[in-house]
Amino acid sequence: MPILLPLIAAALMMLVPARYWPAYRWLGPVATLFQVPIAVWLIAQAMGNGYVVYALGDWPAPFGIVLVLDRLSALMLMICAVLATAAHLAHQARPSEHTRQFQVLFQFQLMGLNGAFLTGDLFNLFVFFEILLIASYGLLLQGGGPSRTRAALHYVLLNLAGSSLFLIAMGVLYADAGTLNMADLARVVSERGPDELILVQAGLMLLTVVFALKSALLPLHLWLPATYAAAIAPVAALFAIMTKVGAYAVIRVLTLTFGLEGSETTPIISTLLVVLALATVAAAGFGALGSVSLRRLCGYLVVLSIGTVFASVAVLEPKALSAALYYMIQSTLVTGALFLLVDLIADQRGPIDDSLQLNGPPVRNPALLGTLFFATAVAIAGLPPLSGFFGKLMILRAALSADFAPWLWGTLLVGSLLVLLALSRAGSRLFWSTDGEPLTPAPVPLGALLPVMLLLAASPLLVVFAAPVHAYLDQTAAQLANPQGYVLQVLGGGNPKGAEP
Amino acid sequence: MIELLFSISVGVLSMCGVYLMLRARTFPVVLGLTLLSYAVNLFLFGSGRLIPGNPPLIADGVERYVDPLPQALVLTAIVIGFAMTAFVMVLALRAMNDLGNDHVDGRAD
Repeated sequence: MPILLPLIAAALMMLVPARYWPAYRWLGPVATLFQVPIAVWLIAQAMGNGYVVYALGDWPAPFGIVLVLDRLSALMLMICAVLATAAHLAHQARPSEHTRQFQVLFQFQLMGLNGAFLTGDLFNLFVFFEILLIASYGLLLQGGGPSRTRAALHYVLLNLAGSSLFLIAMGVLYADAGTLNMADLARVVSERGPDELILVQAGLMLLTVVFALKSALLPLHLWLPATYAAAIAPVAALFAIMTKVGAYAVIRVLTLTFGLEGSETTPIISTLLVVLALATVAAAGFGALGSVSLRRLCGYLVVLSIGTVFASVAVLEPKALSAALYYMIQSTLVTGALFLLVDLIADQRGPIDDSLQLNGPPVRNPALLGTLFFATAVAIAGLPPLSGFFGKLMILRAALSADFAPWLWGTLLVGSLLVLLALSRAGSRLFWSTDGEPLTPAPVPLGALLPVMLLLAASPLLVVFAAPVHAYLDQTAAQLANPQGYVLQVLGGGNPKGAEP
Repeated sequence: MIELLFSISVGVLSMCGVYLMLRARTFPVVLGLTLLSYAVNLFLFGSGRLIPGNPPLIADGVERYVDPLPQALVLTAIVIGFAMTAFVMVLALRAMNDLGNDHVDGRAD
């Protein structure tokens, strides 16, 4: 259902003739808004049943393609829906001439994201990845201009190379394991001895490389800040979840195939991930400190958050996993808010835009925008009152038992310090070190502020409702730590005519 | 024999593809991507084992059959790869227009 809705909406919007388009403008936002109740309903389903399996075309699991809903995918759908709603509202508040293509591509992007979160089949995951990527190429180009074209060219070429790698990994897996269904793959892995697994492991490692590229882990992170800085604000905000798709895929594949504490490959992957993740955090911290523009700084913050998530995942314990998920929710939403906010600020600075090197004219509403910026900065850097602090605290506590705990503690804390420095520098440049008079006479429109506040409100809400969220995440992690349940549900057929997708 | 030929052609294709992809101009890069996707498609096809002369279906009177799934996968991959190639061609032309040269970084040399 979350897949079909954007598909139908996008198809409808494409069919409407250009003459009647203004009358159908509401279609896109309404479709996006509907994602939220659907996500809530799906979370309720996941909490009630544990797993909901839907076999497409009613072919049973190892042969047909299945969609699987569990707590993790329901959670990701929820984040996606909230972020998409805010991004869409932000776009509505600033009408541009490309509205129609934007709407259609936006729906396709949502369809790809939701599909990637729900699918239980590796090849299907590839297809949904391509859907969301091709939509993102189009979205990135919205607005035009040389810098966008250049960023898009890099982004597209890199992702095409990544897709080739994805297919190679799939070929290796299929040739050896004879299946691409995730649950079936988990069964094959668990039944074989360690000597017979080498090819499968090679395939899974390749897959991990691909997902690391999508989520911008260290050696493969260079594309991200440039790309995100080039995109228009609502698109950049939505892209904040795209890196998390990679993280989601890594979590899903790793927990399913290797289990959290199991085969002898686990330590290798864990070490590899933690080294790369911590290096990512460090590199992104320095990148943020040295960026010349505010949008680029935000891009580095996305990289940093993904590094933190991976570092926590690599601890490979249910507790760390739930901490990683908590941090992921808050960082995705808050980074989305920051992208939207930066756009508002940059707008008011006129030709200086979002440069951090020049003194610009002061913004029209320094108190309002400054407060928002300050709140976002606090949430991202992880200072006490807001949710970033709790996310980081949970990660640090969960990592205590790991061998590399000192490294993880050191890097994460230094990383937070760097972020704090970078954001304070940016904030003082934006709001205090100003010349001349405000350029824009009009204050910020309420419609543009609403989505920022909506996303930011998630942060205190995550603190206030930390207990239920934490309980949900703990159960999610427990579910992930126990892949047998997933395998049984999917392969045992569950109830093939179960709930809707 | 056929396996040897097959693997050599996949290897040569991916070698050329990777080499071309590392060039600095957009056209060789696009060409390289295309070659690489050919190699990948062949590789995927090979993952279902190479058995000539058998139908990909189970029917009466068919003793040996080949796995139909890789063929379906390759078909999907070809379609997606083709669309992506078309897109990247358009993008490369657009970059040529916007940036004034065909360098991947958009810098004139």
